[in-house]
Amino acid sequence: MLLSAILLPAGVLMAGEGDAASPTLGIDTLWVLLAAFLVFFMQAGFGMVEAGLTRAKNACNILTKNTLDYCVACLMFFLCGYAIMFGNGNGFIGWTGFGMNSAENPSKVPLLAFWLFQAAFCGAAATIVAGAMAERMKFAAYLTYTVVISAVVYPIVGHWIWSSGGWLAKMGFGDFAGSTVVHSVGGWISFVGTAILGPRIGKYGEDGKPRPMPGHSIPLASLGVFLLWFGWFGFNPGSTLAIGDGAAISLIAVNTNLAACAGAISAMLVVWKFYGKPDLSMTMNGCLAGLVAITAPCAFVSPAASIVIGLIAGCIVVFGVALLDKIKVDDPVGAVPVHGMNGVFGTLAVGIWGQKSLGLARDGLLHGGGLAQLGVQALGNISVCLFAMALMAVVFLAIKGTFGLRVSREEELRGLDIGEHGMEAYAGFQIFTTQ
Amino acid sequence: MKLIIAYIQPEKLGDVKRELYKAEVFKMSVTNALGCGQQRGYTESYRGVEMEVNLLKKLRLEIAVNEGFVKPTLDAIIKGAQSSKIGDGKIFILDLVECVRIRTGETGGDAIG
Repeated sequence: MLLSAILLPAGVLMAGEGDAASPTLGIDTLWVLLAAFLVFFMQAGFGMVEAGLTRAKNACNILTKNTLDYCVACLMFFLCGYAIMFGNGNGFIGWTGFGMNSAENPSKVPLLAFWLFQAAFCGAAATIVAGAMAERMKFAAYLTYTVVISAVVYPIVGHWIWSSGGWLAKMGFGDFAGSTVVHSVGGWISFVGTAILGPRIGKYGEDGKPRPMPGHSIPLASLGVFLLWFGWFGFNPGSTLAIGDGAAISLIAVNTNLAACAGAISAMLVVWKFYGKPDLSMTMNGCLAGLVAITAPCAFVSPAASIVIGLIAGCIVVFGVALLDKIKVDDPVGAVPVHGMNGVFGTLAVGIWGQKSLGLARDGLLHGGGLAQLGVQALGNISVCLFAMALMAVVFLAIKGTFGLRVSREEELRGLDIGEHGMEAYAGFQIFTTQ
Repeated sequence: MKLIIAYIQPEKLGDVKRELYKAEVFKMSVTNALGCGQQRGYTESYRGVEMEVNLLKKLRLEIAVNEGFVKPTLDAIIKGAQSSKIGDGKIFILDLVECVRIRTGETGGDAIG
């Protein structure tokens, strides 16, 4: 079956092209492809954020992971991920269309346009984990678990929520663009992975207090934040999969933008108040937190609600970073507070500020709908997080018990660029490798 | 008064500092250095082509001490920097003619301590 899919690409191209002559379809397809290209470019954003917030001696390593996880995720999503996510099956898992051979197409745009958009999302879920486990994980271990995330974990969760047959979809669970499907999954897998991997050498002193390990390029990290923000205009508005009269995508784009601004400002104010200075790296995390939190509710809430959601997201990220340090889980880029904690918050926000008139199954708490929608949101998010964490804990422990999850102490101190790849990110520069 | 100059592996700085603190030696200067010893570097590969790197990254540690502190300082550096593998580095000890603390104008052993 897989072989025929590879040998006969023409057959794949034909599938799903029913009404190619319609101009609306053409415009919608263009919109979905454009959104897919924007989401693809978020990979560059993740790469720059992660490289910027880690040390120079590990920059090649983190960027190699970033490049490879997108490539692995796309191939896996072609071979089996899409079939599990959108294939026919039961409420738990899809099981038709492997290798995109006569795959289902739940959208109105051509199958392959829909596939590219979804594949870019799958890549984003996989890459989130790289940042949290940066600076100490073996490259081979990384490749192995990326295969599992993109081929199994992400598609199963996606099937529950975004496939019409999924059990959470049937309950009216609202996750417009993936606060749960992409961000909670990536964020909470990061949490288990980081907990199993252990902190970087020197992160926690003998007294147990956290020590700062500053990233080597704040300009690169801030470029990465803007690339992610830019890409998010494809991530959220693109999830409409259609232009319509333009009202929905305009609302979503504005909501996305406002939440990012509010998140950055609130994180800056909170960090200023509690730690004395408006720390840029935390402000940038706040901006991303706002974007993650608005991802689920972006289509279902008003712009005013988006601002409130962003403001709360920014606070969550600052306290989340402090909380992780307290329990000694070392997450160099803040992936757990940004994607995990705010993925949960964004999902719950749907049940609080969501409106039935904007396409949600029920009105949210503040619109007179009571606790019904909030309950479904909580149930869905908790099931997804527990499922992803349990499955990946098994994978991480299996890797740890066989070929190892972590590089040697000597290699970690010297930098993974030399140890894993035999090259340096900044050849010709003197880089301190004393930490 | 002696000036102790040690070349060590960069990643050993944390361990060496910890041992020095235990020996109550808190003052030091650290600089990045490039150098090579008997093994003449290592090879990296860049785009599939082998590349010889013959100057290795080292750290140069300079510590000025009074006579009583020479032995504890040496012991601490060795304890922190030793892995018993090639490349652990070397320590040089020089006589120090004079030392002046700029802020107060103190000289000699008082200025070091």
